[in-house]
Amino acid sequence: MTAFVIARPRAPRAAFGQIVLNEARLAWRQPAGLIVGIGISVGLLVIFGEVPVFRQSSGGLGGLSPFDVYIPILITFAIGVIALMYLPGPLVSYREQGILRRLSTTPVPASWVLAGQLVVQACLMLVAVFVLLLVSIVFFGAGAPKNPGGLILALVLSIAALFTIGLAIAAVAWTTSAARGIMAGTFYPLMFFAGLWYPVQLLPGALQAISHFSPLGAAVQAMQDSMDTGFPPATPLLVLAGYALVFGFLAKRFFRWE
Amino acid sequence: MRTQMMTRTREPGQAAGGTAIEIGHLRKAYGALVAVDDVSFSVAEGEIFGILGPNGAGKTTTVECAVGLRSPDAGTIRLMGLDPRTDRDRIREIVGVQLQQSAFPAKLRVGEILREFRSFYRDPSDVTDLVEALGLAGKLPAYYRSLSGGQRQRLSVALALIGRPKIAVLDEMTTGLDPQARRDAWQLIEGIRAGGVTIVLVTHFMEEAERLCDRVALFDSGRIVALDTPAGLAARARGGKTVRFLPSAPFDDRLLTEIPGVTRVEHEGQHVIVTGTGELVNAVILALHAAGLAALDVQLDTSSLEDAFVRLTGTHLHQEGEQS
Repeated sequence: MTAFVIARPRAPRAAFGQIVLNEARLAWRQPAGLIVGIGISVGLLVIFGEVPVFRQSSGGLGGLSPFDVYIPILITFAIGVIALMYLPGPLVSYREQGILRRLSTTPVPASWVLAGQLVVQACLMLVAVFVLLLVSIVFFGAGAPKNPGGLILALVLSIAALFTIGLAIAAVAWTTSAARGIMAGTFYPLMFFAGLWYPVQLLPGALQAISHFSPLGAAVQAMQDSMDTGFPPATPLLVLAGYALVFGFLAKRFFRWE
Repeated sequence: MRTQMMTRTREPGQAAGGTAIEIGHLRKAYGALVAVDDVSFSVAEGEIFGILGPNGAGKTTTVECAVGLRSPDAGTIRLMGLDPRTDRDRIREIVGVQLQQSAFPAKLRVGEILREFRSFYRDPSDVTDLVEALGLAGKLPAYYRSLSGGQRQRLSVALALIGRPKIAVLDEMTTGLDPQARRDAWQLIEGIRAGGVTIVLVTHFMEEAERLCDRVALFDSGRIVALDTPAGLAARARGGKTVRFLPSAPFDDRLLTEIPGVTRVEHEGQHVIVTGTGELVNAVILALHAAGLAALDVQLDTSSLEDAFVRLTGTHLHQEGEQS
Protein backbone atom coordinates (compact mmCIF):
# COMPACT_ATOMS: atom_id res chain seq x y z
CA MET A 1 0.00 0.00 0.00
CA THR A 2 2.77 2.38 0.90
CA ALA A 3 3.97 2.01 -2.66
CA PHE A 4 1.24 4.49 -3.61
CA VAL A 5 2.25 7.09 -1.08
CA ILE A 6 5.65 8.19 -2.21
CA ALA A 7 6.18 11.41 -0.35
CA ARG A 8 7.92 14.20 -2.18
CA PRO A 9 9.73 16.34 0.31
CA ARG A 10 8.74 19.60 -1.36
CA ALA A 11 4.99 19.43 -0.89
CA PRO A 12 3.87 20.92 2.42
CA ARG A 13 2.63 18.37 4.94
CA ALA A 14 -0.52 20.39 5.58
CA ALA A 15 -1.59 19.64 2.02
CA PHE A 16 -2.37 16.05 2.92
CA GLY A 17 -4.64 17.21 5.73
CA GLN A 18 -6.52 19.46 3.30
CA ILE A 19 -6.88 16.62 0.83
CA VAL A 20 -8.23 14.26 3.50
CA LEU A 21 -10.59 16.98 4.70
CA ASN A 22 -12.03 17.52 1.24
CA GLU A 23 -12.32 13.79 0.58
CA ALA A 24 -14.16 13.42 3.88
CA ARG A 25 -16.51 16.27 2.87
CA LEU A 26 -17.20 14.50 -0.41
CA ALA A 27 -17.92 11.22 1.38
CA TRP A 28 -20.31 13.08 3.68
CA ARG A 29 -22.05 14.93 0.86
CA GLN A 30 -22.37 11.86 -1.34
CA PRO A 31 -23.31 9.46 1.43
CA ALA A 32 -24.11 6.36 -0.65
CA GLY A 33 -21.04 4.61 0.73
CA LEU A 34 -21.95 5.60 4.25
CA ILE A 35 -25.56 4.50 3.89
CA VAL A 36 -24.89 1.19 2.17
CA GLY A 37 -21.66 0.33 3.96
CA ILE A 38 -22.77 1.16 7.45
CA GLY A 39 -26.56 1.47 7.23
CA ILE A 40 -27.36 -1.77 5.45
CA SER A 41 -24.93 -3.91 7.40
CA VAL A 42 -26.14 -2.57 10.75
CA GLY A 43 -29.75 -2.83 9.58
CA LEU A 44 -29.30 -6.48 8.62
CA LEU A 45 -27.59 -7.17 11.94
CA VAL A 46 -30.54 -5.72 13.83
CA ILE A 47 -33.05 -7.69 11.75
CA PHE A 48 -31.16 -10.96 12.22
CA GLY A 49 -30.85 -10.21 15.92
CA GLU A 50 -34.61 -9.80 16.20
CA VAL A 51 -35.36 -13.21 14.62
CA PRO A 52 -35.48 -15.72 17.51
CA VAL A 53 -34.38 -18.73 15.40
CA PHE A 54 -31.23 -16.88 14.44
CA ARG A 55 -30.19 -16.65 18.06
CA GLN A 56 -30.25 -20.45 18.68
CA SER A 57 -27.03 -22.33 18.29
CA SER A 58 -27.02 -24.85 15.49
CA GLY A 59 -25.08 -28.11 15.12
CA GLY A 60 -24.52 -27.51 11.40
CA LEU A 61 -22.78 -24.22 12.22
CA GLY A 62 -20.41 -25.81 14.73
CA GLY A 63 -22.39 -24.77 17.77
CA LEU A 64 -22.74 -21.16 16.70
CA SER A 65 -26.03 -19.38 16.15
CA PRO A 66 -26.81 -17.95 12.71
CA PHE A 67 -26.55 -14.54 14.35
CA ASP A 68 -22.99 -15.27 15.50
CA VAL A 69 -22.13 -16.47 12.01
CA TYR A 70 -23.50 -13.31 10.46
CA ILE A 71 -21.47 -10.84 12.53
CA PRO A 72 -18.18 -11.36 10.62
CA ILE A 73 -20.12 -11.71 7.35
CA LEU A 74 -21.72 -8.31 7.86
CA ILE A 75 -18.40 -6.79 8.89
CA THR A 76 -16.95 -8.17 5.67
CA PHE A 77 -19.95 -6.86 3.75
CA ALA A 78 -19.38 -3.35 5.12
CA ILE A 79 -15.66 -3.40 4.28
CA GLY A 80 -16.29 -4.99 0.91
CA VAL A 81 -19.00 -2.52 -0.14
CA ILE A 82 -16.78 0.42 0.69
CA ALA A 83 -13.61 -0.99 -0.90
CA LEU A 84 -15.16 -2.51 -4.00
CA MET A 85 -18.26 -0.38 -4.62
CA TYR A 86 -17.23 3.07 -3.41
CA LEU A 87 -13.46 3.29 -3.76
CA PRO A 88 -12.88 2.71 -7.49
CA GLY A 89 -15.71 4.94 -8.77
CA PRO A 90 -14.44 8.33 -7.59
CA LEU A 91 -10.86 7.48 -8.52
CA VAL A 92 -11.86 6.56 -12.05
CA SER A 93 -13.98 9.70 -12.36
CA TYR A 94 -11.08 11.80 -11.04
CA ARG A 95 -8.98 10.38 -13.82
CA GLU A 96 -11.77 10.83 -16.36
CA GLN A 97 -12.31 14.47 -15.40
CA GLY A 98 -8.59 15.27 -15.49
CA ILE A 99 -8.39 15.97 -11.76
CA LEU A 100 -5.43 13.61 -11.28
CA ARG A 101 -3.73 15.20 -14.27
CA ARG A 102 -4.32 18.70 -12.93
CA LEU A 103 -2.88 17.66 -9.57
CA SER A 104 0.21 16.27 -11.20
CA THR A 105 1.11 19.83 -12.26
CA THR A 106 1.22 20.93 -8.61
CA PRO A 107 3.93 20.18 -6.03
CA VAL A 108 1.57 17.58 -4.56
CA PRO A 109 1.73 14.13 -6.18
CA ALA A 110 -1.62 12.91 -7.50
CA SER A 111 -1.10 9.78 -5.40
CA TRP A 112 -1.87 11.88 -2.32
CA VAL A 113 -5.51 12.11 -3.41
CA LEU A 114 -5.59 8.37 -3.70
CA ALA A 115 -4.05 8.05 -0.26
CA GLY A 116 -6.52 10.61 1.08
CA GLN A 117 -9.41 8.55 -0.21
CA LEU A 118 -7.97 5.41 1.36
CA VAL A 119 -7.72 7.19 4.71
CA VAL A 120 -11.33 8.38 4.54
CA GLN A 121 -12.66 5.00 3.38
CA ALA A 122 -10.64 3.17 6.03
CA CYS A 123 -12.17 5.43 8.68
CA LEU A 124 -15.65 4.62 7.35
CA MET A 125 -14.81 0.92 7.53
CA LEU A 126 -13.59 1.17 11.10
CA VAL A 127 -16.73 3.06 12.12
CA ALA A 128 -18.82 0.31 10.50
CA VAL A 129 -16.87 -2.44 12.29
CA PHE A 130 -17.12 -0.63 15.60
CA VAL A 131 -20.86 -0.06 15.30
CA LEU A 132 -21.51 -3.66 14.24
CA LEU A 133 -19.52 -5.09 17.15
CA LEU A 134 -21.05 -2.65 19.61
CA VAL A 135 -24.64 -3.35 18.54
CA SER A 136 -24.13 -7.14 18.53
CA ILE A 137 -22.54 -7.15 21.98
CA VAL A 138 -24.66 -4.52 23.73
CA PHE A 139 -28.08 -5.22 22.24
CA PHE A 140 -27.92 -8.87 21.27
CA GLY A 141 -25.61 -10.34 23.89
CA ALA A 142 -22.95 -11.58 21.53
CA GLY A 143 -19.71 -12.41 23.31
CA ALA A 144 -16.77 -10.03 23.08
CA PRO A 145 -14.18 -11.18 20.50
CA LYS A 146 -12.10 -14.01 21.97
CA ASN A 147 -8.90 -12.76 20.44
CA PRO A 148 -9.01 -8.99 19.78
CA GLY A 149 -5.42 -8.97 18.50
CA GLY A 150 -6.26 -11.69 16.01
CA LEU A 151 -9.39 -9.78 14.98
CA ILE A 152 -7.42 -6.58 14.40
CA LEU A 153 -4.87 -8.48 12.32
CA ALA A 154 -7.66 -10.13 10.35
CA LEU A 155 -9.29 -6.72 9.81
CA VAL A 156 -6.08 -5.06 8.68
CA LEU A 157 -5.30 -7.85 6.21
CA SER A 158 -8.90 -7.89 4.95
CA ILE A 159 -8.93 -4.14 4.41
CA ALA A 160 -5.55 -4.30 2.66
CA ALA A 161 -6.68 -7.12 0.37
CA LEU A 162 -9.95 -5.40 -0.53
CA PHE A 163 -8.36 -1.98 -1.05
CA THR A 164 -5.81 -3.40 -3.46
CA ILE A 165 -8.55 -5.23 -5.37
CA GLY A 166 -10.54 -1.98 -5.52
CA LEU A 167 -7.47 -0.09 -6.72
CA ALA A 168 -6.75 -2.74 -9.33
CA ILE A 169 -10.32 -2.26 -10.61
CA ALA A 170 -9.74 1.50 -10.71
CA ALA A 171 -6.51 0.82 -12.60
CA VAL A 172 -8.07 -1.19 -15.41
CA ALA A 173 -11.50 0.48 -15.66
CA TRP A 174 -11.32 3.30 -18.19
CA THR A 175 -14.70 4.84 -17.55
CA THR A 176 -16.80 5.32 -14.46
CA SER A 177 -19.53 3.09 -15.86
CA ALA A 178 -17.01 0.35 -16.67
CA ALA A 179 -15.76 0.59 -13.11
CA ARG A 180 -19.31 0.32 -11.81
CA GLY A 181 -19.92 -2.80 -13.90
CA ILE A 182 -16.72 -4.50 -12.82
CA MET A 183 -17.39 -3.60 -9.19
CA ALA A 184 -20.90 -5.07 -9.16
CA GLY A 185 -19.71 -8.12 -11.09
CA THR A 186 -16.95 -8.68 -8.54
CA PHE A 187 -18.67 -7.80 -5.31
CA TYR A 188 -21.81 -9.94 -5.41
CA PRO A 189 -20.15 -13.25 -6.35
CA LEU A 190 -17.49 -12.58 -3.72
CA MET A 191 -20.21 -11.93 -1.15
CA PHE A 192 -21.76 -15.29 -2.05
CA PHE A 193 -18.51 -16.99 -1.11
CA ALA A 194 -18.44 -14.96 2.07
CA GLY A 195 -21.74 -16.62 3.03
CA LEU A 196 -24.03 -13.59 2.81
CA TRP A 197 -26.88 -15.62 1.28
CA TYR A 198 -26.12 -19.13 2.50
CA PRO A 199 -23.82 -20.29 5.28
CA VAL A 200 -20.46 -21.39 3.92
CA GLN A 201 -20.40 -24.24 6.47
CA LEU A 202 -23.38 -25.80 4.68
CA LEU A 203 -22.03 -25.46 1.13
CA PRO A 204 -20.75 -28.52 -0.81
CA GLY A 205 -17.03 -29.22 -0.33
CA ALA A 206 -15.83 -27.75 -3.63
CA LEU A 207 -17.65 -24.46 -3.05
CA GLN A 208 -16.36 -24.35 0.52
CA ALA A 209 -12.81 -24.69 -0.82
CA ILE A 210 -13.39 -21.82 -3.24
CA SER A 211 -14.78 -19.77 -0.37
CA HIS A 212 -11.70 -20.37 1.76
CA PHE A 213 -9.47 -19.07 -1.00
CA SER A 214 -11.72 -16.16 -2.01
CA PRO A 215 -10.83 -12.79 -0.46
CA LEU A 216 -14.13 -12.18 1.29
CA GLY A 217 -14.43 -15.87 2.32
CA ALA A 218 -10.97 -15.77 3.86
CA ALA A 219 -11.81 -12.48 5.59
CA VAL A 220 -14.96 -13.98 7.14
CA GLN A 221 -13.10 -17.08 8.22
CA ALA A 222 -10.25 -15.16 9.83
CA MET A 223 -12.64 -12.87 11.69
CA GLN A 224 -14.98 -15.67 12.70
CA ASP A 225 -12.14 -17.65 14.23
CA SER A 226 -10.68 -14.72 16.10
CA MET A 227 -14.11 -13.83 17.47
CA ASP A 228 -15.26 -17.31 18.51
CA THR A 229 -12.17 -19.47 18.94
CA GLY A 230 -8.85 -17.73 19.26
CA PHE A 231 -6.01 -16.59 17.04
CA PRO A 232 -7.04 -17.21 13.43
CA PRO A 233 -5.34 -20.05 11.51
CA ALA A 234 -2.59 -19.24 9.06
CA THR A 235 -4.46 -20.15 5.88
CA PRO A 236 -7.01 -17.30 5.70
CA LEU A 237 -4.40 -14.78 6.87
CA LEU A 238 -1.97 -15.92 4.19
CA VAL A 239 -4.72 -15.90 1.58
CA LEU A 240 -5.57 -12.29 2.48
CA ALA A 241 -1.91 -11.25 2.50
CA GLY A 242 -1.46 -12.97 -0.87
CA TYR A 243 -4.38 -11.02 -2.38
CA ALA A 244 -3.00 -7.76 -0.99
CA LEU A 245 0.41 -8.45 -2.53
CA VAL A 246 -0.80 -9.64 -5.92
CA PHE A 247 -3.44 -6.96 -6.41
CA GLY A 248 -1.22 -4.31 -4.91
CA PHE A 249 1.36 -5.16 -7.52
CA LEU A 250 -1.23 -5.19 -10.31
CA ALA A 251 -2.71 -1.88 -9.21
CA LYS A 252 0.71 -0.27 -9.04
CA ARG A 253 1.72 -1.76 -12.35
CA PHE A 254 -1.39 -0.75 -14.29
CA PHE A 255 -2.68 2.38 -12.58
CA ARG A 256 -2.77 5.33 -14.98
CA TRP A 257 -3.00 8.90 -13.81
CA GLU A 258 -4.57 10.16 -17.02
CA MET B 1 10.25 33.09 -49.74
CA ARG B 2 8.84 35.24 -47.03
CA THR B 3 7.21 32.27 -45.35
CA GLN B 4 10.52 30.49 -45.31
CA MET B 5 12.11 33.43 -43.59
CA MET B 6 9.33 33.62 -41.05
CA THR B 7 9.53 29.94 -40.23
CA ARG B 8 13.10 30.44 -39.22
CA THR B 9 12.48 33.56 -37.24
CA ARG B 10 14.63 33.77 -34.15
CA GLU B 11 13.82 36.57 -31.83
CA PRO B 12 16.57 39.05 -31.07
CA GLY B 13 18.60 38.44 -27.96
CA GLN B 14 16.51 39.31 -24.95
CA ALA B 15 17.73 42.26 -22.98
CA ALA B 16 17.57 42.71 -19.21
CA GLY B 17 16.01 39.91 -17.22
CA GLY B 18 16.84 36.31 -17.97
CA THR B 19 15.18 33.79 -20.17
CA ALA B 20 12.17 32.19 -18.53
CA ILE B 21 11.45 29.54 -21.13
CA GLU B 22 13.75 28.05 -23.72
CA ILE B 23 12.36 25.47 -26.13
CA GLY B 24 14.70 23.99 -28.71
CA HIS B 25 13.76 21.75 -31.63
CA LEU B 26 10.79 20.23 -29.83
CA ARG B 27 9.20 17.26 -31.54
CA LYS B 28 6.30 15.09 -30.48
CA ALA B 29 4.44 12.50 -32.53
CA TYR B 30 1.43 10.39 -31.66
CA GLY B 31 1.96 7.34 -33.80
CA ALA B 32 2.13 8.56 -37.38
CA LEU B 33 0.74 11.99 -36.52
CA VAL B 34 3.45 14.54 -35.89
CA ALA B 35 1.80 16.96 -33.49
CA VAL B 36 4.82 19.19 -32.91
CA ASP B 37 7.62 19.37 -35.44
CA ASP B 38 10.87 21.17 -34.71
CA VAL B 39 9.46 23.98 -32.61
CA SER B 40 11.93 26.44 -31.06
CA PHE B 41 11.27 29.63 -29.16
CA SER B 42 12.27 31.39 -26.00
CA VAL B 43 10.33 33.59 -23.65
CA ALA B 44 11.92 36.36 -21.61
CA GLU B 45 11.15 36.79 -17.93
CA GLY B 46 8.11 38.98 -17.44
CA GLU B 47 6.95 38.56 -21.00
CA ILE B 48 3.44 37.64 -22.09
CA PHE B 49 3.99 35.17 -24.86
CA GLY B 50 1.09 34.14 -27.06
CA ILE B 51 0.69 30.81 -28.79
CA LEU B 52 -1.87 31.21 -31.51
CA GLY B 53 -3.13 28.81 -34.11
CA PRO B 54 -6.02 26.71 -35.36
CA ASN B 55 -7.17 23.53 -33.63
CA GLY B 56 -4.70 20.71 -34.03
CA ALA B 57 -1.80 23.05 -34.72
CA GLY B 58 0.20 21.60 -31.82
CA LYS B 59 -0.28 24.45 -29.34
CA THR B 60 -1.53 22.37 -26.43
CA THR B 61 0.96 19.57 -27.05
CA THR B 62 3.76 22.14 -26.99
CA VAL B 63 2.77 23.63 -23.64
CA GLU B 64 2.02 20.21 -22.16
CA CYS B 65 5.54 19.12 -23.06
CA ALA B 66 6.88 22.37 -21.63
CA VAL B 67 5.26 21.87 -18.24
CA GLY B 68 6.23 18.20 -18.06
CA LEU B 69 2.80 16.67 -18.62
CA ARG B 70 4.05 14.96 -21.77
CA SER B 71 7.51 13.83 -22.67
CA PRO B 72 8.68 15.02 -26.07
CA ASP B 73 10.28 12.68 -28.58
CA ALA B 74 13.12 15.12 -29.13
CA GLY B 75 14.24 18.61 -28.24
CA THR B 76 15.25 20.56 -25.19
CA ILE B 77 13.05 22.36 -22.68
CA ARG B 78 14.22 24.70 -19.95
CA LEU B 79 11.98 26.59 -17.55
CA MET B 80 13.98 29.05 -15.47
CA GLY B 81 16.93 26.87 -16.41
CA LEU B 82 15.25 23.67 -15.18
CA ASP B 83 14.50 20.59 -17.24
CA PRO B 84 10.95 19.31 -16.66
CA ARG B 85 12.16 15.75 -17.07
CA THR B 86 14.76 15.88 -14.33
CA ASP B 87 13.62 18.77 -12.13
CA ARG B 88 9.90 18.01 -12.03
CA ASP B 89 9.55 18.87 -8.37
CA ARG B 90 11.13 22.30 -8.66
CA ILE B 91 9.19 23.06 -11.81
CA ARG B 92 5.88 22.20 -10.18
CA GLU B 93 6.55 24.86 -7.58
CA ILE B 94 7.34 27.66 -9.98
CA VAL B 95 4.94 26.89 -12.83
CA GLY B 96 1.19 27.37 -12.51
CA VAL B 97 -0.86 25.59 -15.13
CA GLN B 98 -4.39 26.05 -16.34
CA LEU B 99 -5.31 23.05 -18.45
CA GLN B 100 -7.79 23.23 -21.24
CA GLN B 101 -9.94 20.46 -19.84
CA SER B 102 -10.07 20.20 -16.15
CA ALA B 103 -12.92 19.68 -13.75
CA PHE B 104 -13.20 19.39 -10.01
CA PRO B 105 -15.47 17.32 -7.77
CA ALA B 106 -19.05 18.53 -8.19
CA LYS B 107 -19.77 18.60 -4.48
CA LEU B 108 -16.82 20.61 -3.31
CA ARG B 109 -17.26 24.32 -2.67
CA VAL B 110 -15.17 26.89 -4.49
CA GLY B 111 -13.52 28.01 -1.25
CA GLU B 112 -12.68 24.42 -0.32
CA ILE B 113 -11.03 23.74 -3.65
CA LEU B 114 -9.04 26.99 -3.42
CA ARG B 115 -7.89 26.26 0.12
CA GLU B 116 -6.83 22.75 -0.85
CA PHE B 117 -4.72 24.00 -3.76
CA ARG B 118 -3.38 26.82 -1.62
CA SER B 119 -2.03 24.27 0.85
CA PHE B 120 0.07 22.69 -1.92
CA TYR B 121 2.43 25.66 -2.07
CA ARG B 122 4.85 27.11 0.41
CA ASP B 123 4.28 30.76 -0.38
CA PRO B 124 0.76 30.95 -1.82
CA SER B 125 -1.18 34.08 -2.58
CA ASP B 126 -4.17 35.22 -0.62
CA VAL B 127 -7.47 33.56 -1.54
CA THR B 128 -9.46 36.74 -0.92
CA ASP B 129 -7.34 38.88 -3.24
CA LEU B 130 -7.41 36.29 -5.98
CA VAL B 131 -11.17 35.66 -5.98
CA GLU B 132 -11.70 39.40 -5.80
CA ALA B 133 -9.59 39.93 -8.91
CA LEU B 134 -11.34 37.10 -10.75
CA GLY B 135 -14.85 38.12 -9.75
CA LEU B 136 -15.45 34.95 -7.76
CA ALA B 137 -15.68 36.55 -4.34
CA GLY B 138 -19.38 35.85 -3.96
CA LYS B 139 -18.93 32.28 -5.15
CA LEU B 140 -16.72 30.94 -2.35
CA PRO B 141 -19.56 29.01 -0.69
CA ALA B 142 -20.94 27.69 -4.02
CA TYR B 143 -20.61 24.07 -5.05
CA TYR B 144 -18.42 23.52 -8.08
CA ARG B 145 -21.31 21.92 -9.98
CA SER B 146 -23.40 25.09 -9.60
CA LEU B 147 -20.81 27.27 -11.38
CA SER B 148 -21.33 28.46 -14.92
CA GLY B 149 -18.77 27.61 -17.58
CA GLY B 150 -17.19 31.02 -17.25
CA GLN B 151 -16.97 30.78 -13.47
CA ARG B 152 -15.34 27.34 -13.70
CA GLN B 153 -12.87 28.81 -16.14
CA ARG B 154 -12.04 31.64 -13.75
CA LEU B 155 -11.63 29.20 -10.87
CA SER B 156 -9.25 27.23 -13.02
CA VAL B 157 -7.22 30.39 -13.68
CA ALA B 158 -7.26 31.19 -9.95
CA LEU B 159 -5.89 27.72 -9.17
CA ALA B 160 -3.10 28.22 -11.70
CA LEU B 161 -2.08 31.44 -9.97
CA ILE B 162 -2.62 30.56 -6.32
CA GLY B 163 0.91 29.26 -5.81
CA ARG B 164 2.48 32.57 -6.90
CA PRO B 165 4.15 30.95 -9.91
CA LYS B 166 7.09 32.46 -11.73
CA ILE B 167 5.64 31.14 -14.97
CA ALA B 168 1.90 30.81 -15.62
CA VAL B 169 0.75 28.69 -18.54
CA LEU B 170 -2.85 29.43 -19.44
CA ASP B 171 -4.45 27.24 -22.09
CA GLU B 172 -7.55 28.85 -23.59
CA MET B 173 -8.01 30.98 -20.52
CA THR B 174 -10.93 33.04 -21.77
CA THR B 175 -12.79 30.44 -23.80
CA GLY B 176 -16.37 30.43 -22.61
CA LEU B 177 -16.17 33.81 -20.91
CA ASP B 178 -18.52 36.62 -21.82
CA PRO B 179 -16.89 39.80 -23.15
CA GLN B 180 -16.94 41.60 -19.80
CA ALA B 181 -15.44 38.64 -17.95
CA ARG B 182 -12.86 38.33 -20.68
CA ARG B 183 -11.79 41.94 -20.24
CA ASP B 184 -11.61 41.41 -16.48
CA ALA B 185 -9.41 38.37 -17.02
CA TRP B 186 -7.15 40.39 -19.30
CA GLN B 187 -6.80 43.03 -16.66
CA LEU B 188 -5.89 40.35 -14.15
CA ILE B 189 -3.25 38.94 -16.48
CA GLU B 190 -1.74 42.37 -16.98
CA GLY B 191 -1.68 42.84 -13.22
CA ILE B 192 0.07 39.52 -12.71
CA ARG B 193 2.65 40.34 -15.33
CA ALA B 194 3.25 43.64 -13.61
CA GLY B 195 4.29 41.51 -10.66
CA GLY B 196 7.04 39.95 -12.79
CA VAL B 197 5.33 36.70 -13.74
CA THR B 198 6.08 35.26 -17.16
CA ILE B 199 2.89 34.24 -18.91
CA VAL B 200 2.34 31.82 -21.76
CA LEU B 201 -1.08 32.30 -23.24
CA VAL B 202 -2.50 29.68 -25.57
CA THR B 203 -5.40 31.22 -27.40
CA HIS B 204 -7.35 31.38 -30.58
CA PHE B 205 -8.71 34.86 -29.87
CA MET B 206 -6.87 37.39 -31.99
CA GLU B 207 -8.14 40.27 -29.92
CA GLU B 208 -6.72 38.66 -26.81
CA ALA B 209 -3.32 38.11 -28.37
CA GLU B 210 -3.23 41.65 -29.74
CA ARG B 211 -4.24 43.19 -26.46
CA LEU B 212 -2.06 41.15 -24.12
CA CYS B 213 0.89 39.56 -25.83
CA ASP B 214 4.33 41.04 -26.22
CA ARG B 215 5.08 38.46 -28.85
CA VAL B 216 3.05 35.81 -30.59
CA ALA B 217 4.08 32.50 -32.09
CA LEU B 218 1.76 31.50 -34.87
CA PHE B 219 1.38 27.72 -35.00
CA ASP B 220 0.17 25.73 -37.95
CA SER B 221 0.45 21.98 -38.55
CA GLY B 222 2.85 21.48 -35.67
CA ARG B 223 5.25 24.25 -36.69
CA ILE B 224 5.79 27.87 -35.87
CA VAL B 225 5.01 29.73 -39.09
CA ALA B 226 5.72 33.17 -37.67
CA LEU B 227 6.98 34.70 -34.47
CA ASP B 228 6.84 38.42 -33.86
CA THR B 229 5.04 41.15 -31.97
CA PRO B 230 1.34 41.29 -32.82
CA ALA B 231 1.90 44.57 -34.70
CA GLY B 232 4.94 43.16 -36.46
CA LEU B 233 3.03 40.11 -37.60
CA ALA B 234 0.16 42.20 -38.87
CA ALA B 235 2.50 44.54 -40.75
CA ARG B 236 4.39 41.65 -42.26
CA ALA B 237 1.25 39.94 -43.42
CA ARG B 238 -0.04 43.01 -45.24
CA GLY B 239 3.26 44.47 -46.17
CA GLY B 240 2.29 47.61 -44.27
CA LYS B 241 -0.70 49.86 -43.72
CA THR B 242 -3.65 50.32 -45.97
CA VAL B 243 -5.44 53.53 -46.95
CA ARG B 244 -8.88 53.28 -48.48
CA PHE B 245 -10.56 56.29 -50.07
CA LEU B 246 -13.00 57.51 -52.68
CA PRO B 247 -11.27 59.76 -55.25
CA SER B 248 -13.14 62.88 -56.40
CA ALA B 249 -12.37 61.91 -60.01
CA PRO B 250 -10.69 59.00 -61.85
CA PHE B 251 -6.90 59.17 -62.07
CA ASP B 252 -3.90 57.22 -63.32
CA ASP B 253 -2.63 54.64 -60.77
CA ARG B 254 0.94 55.71 -61.51
CA LEU B 255 0.25 58.90 -59.59
CA LEU B 256 0.29 56.80 -56.43
CA THR B 257 2.57 53.86 -57.30
CA GLU B 258 5.37 56.36 -57.83
CA ILE B 259 5.19 57.47 -54.19
CA PRO B 260 8.11 55.97 -52.24
CA GLY B 261 6.83 53.36 -49.78
CA VAL B 262 3.67 52.46 -51.71
CA THR B 263 3.67 48.79 -52.60
CA ARG B 264 0.28 48.26 -54.16
CA VAL B 265 -2.73 50.13 -55.54
CA GLU B 266 -6.01 48.29 -55.91
CA HIS B 267 -9.57 49.23 -56.88
CA GLU B 268 -12.65 48.04 -55.11
CA GLY B 269 -15.68 49.44 -56.87
CA GLN B 270 -15.16 53.20 -56.84
CA HIS B 271 -12.82 52.98 -53.85
CA VAL B 272 -9.08 52.84 -54.12
CA ILE B 273 -6.97 50.84 -51.70
CA VAL B 274 -3.32 51.79 -51.32
CA THR B 275 -0.93 49.57 -49.41
CA GLY B 276 2.44 50.79 -48.21
CA THR B 277 4.61 51.91 -45.36
CA GLY B 278 5.62 55.21 -43.76
CA GLU B 279 3.39 58.28 -43.58
CA LEU B 280 1.03 56.74 -46.08
CA VAL B 281 -2.07 58.91 -45.60
CA ASN B 282 -0.21 62.19 -45.88
CA ALA B 283 1.74 61.04 -48.92
CA VAL B 284 -1.40 59.87 -50.73
CA ILE B 285 -3.42 63.00 -49.95
CA LEU B 286 -0.58 65.31 -50.94
CA ALA B 287 -0.05 63.50 -54.26
CA LEU B 288 -3.77 63.65 -55.06
CA HIS B 289 -3.97 67.29 -54.06
CA ALA B 290 -1.02 68.12 -56.32
CA ALA B 291 -2.99 66.55 -59.20
CA GLY B 292 -6.08 68.62 -58.32
CA LEU B 293 -7.95 65.69 -56.79
CA ALA B 294 -9.48 65.15 -53.38
CA ALA B 295 -9.67 61.98 -51.33
CA LEU B 296 -13.06 61.44 -49.75
CA ASP B 297 -14.15 58.96 -47.09
CA VAL B 298 -10.55 58.20 -46.09
CA GLN B 299 -10.02 55.14 -43.90
CA LEU B 300 -6.71 54.03 -42.51
CA ASP B 301 -6.63 50.32 -41.95
CA THR B 302 -3.78 49.03 -39.89
CA SER B 303 -4.15 45.37 -40.60
CA SER B 304 -4.94 43.19 -37.65
CA LEU B 305 -3.40 40.06 -36.32
CA GLU B 306 -6.43 38.29 -37.66
CA ASP B 307 -5.38 39.25 -41.19
CA ALA B 308 -1.90 38.02 -40.41
CA PHE B 309 -3.26 34.77 -39.16
CA VAL B 310 -5.39 34.10 -42.21
CA ARG B 311 -2.66 35.22 -44.53
CA LEU B 312 0.22 33.38 -42.91
CA THR B 313 -1.49 30.09 -42.24
CA GLY B 314 -3.27 30.33 -45.58
CA THR B 315 -0.01 30.94 -47.40
CA HIS B 316 1.59 28.14 -45.53
CA LEU B 317 -1.09 25.63 -46.37
CA HIS B 318 -1.16 26.79 -49.97
CA GLN B 319 2.58 26.26 -50.31
CA GLU B 320 2.37 22.76 -48.94
CA GLY B 321 -0.32 22.00 -51.48
CA GLU B 322 1.93 23.17 -54.28
CA GLN B 323 4.82 21.05 -53.09
CA SER B 324 2.90 17.80 -52.97
